[in-house]
Amino acid sequence: MVRITEEPIDLEEVASALSSPEVGAALTFVGTVRGIEDGERISYLEYEAYEEMAKEELLAICREIKARWPTVQRVVFVHRIGRVGVGEAAVAIGVSAPHREETFPALAYAVDRLKETVPIWKKEVGEKGARWKPAK
Amino acid sequence: MRVKVLLFAGLREAAARPELELELPEGATVEELLTALEKERPRLSRLLPLVKVAVNRRVARKGTEIRPGDEVALIPPVGGG
Repeated sequence: MVRITEEPIDLEEVASALSSPEVGAALTFVGTVRGIEDGERISYLEYEAYEEMAKEELLAICREIKARWPTVQRVVFVHRIGRVGVGEAAVAIGVSAPHREETFPALAYAVDRLKETVPIWKKEVGEKGARWKPAK
Repeated sequence: MRVKVLLFAGLREAAARPELELELPEGATVEELLTALEKERPRLSRLLPLVKVAVNRRVARKGTEIRPGDEVALIPPVGGG
């Protein structure tokens, strides 16, 4: 499942998208908005996406994961766009498989690839102003 | 040919619009598109060195030819997650 949404992320929905009768291990990464960045108080993040391309890139990452870890059953990406407040989830990424071993590297790979290839941008708005922040 | 170019994030703000149009010769490459942008939109030139160009939603090489009707977008450094 791949989704880009302005709505708050529903983690129960992510959990149910990861489940299936073959699944014995479901792992989810939730990226939340930090209230402090380099000592500066942050008010919120504003995300923007090139939605059609972002969805295609996310589906490509799902295919890469299934090629590298063929036992992976489900891959889920839900990314918020628009304004996301401190403490809220900006992204949820999930991977599930029959056994836990492959879920850890597959999930780490999913998070890394999201930050490399997917056309989503974030603007950090804090007490010192606003700036677009590339992924580290 | 007229080519519509989609802009995002800092580029969209610098241009104060989400897309712009450029006149390019038929068969112009991605590199030629960037050169034309640099000349015609000096306000964007500072941001262009880090930009990738997507043609029909795939990152394109500098030598890729742009055809009439292609969806062209400038992709500044991404920051999802």
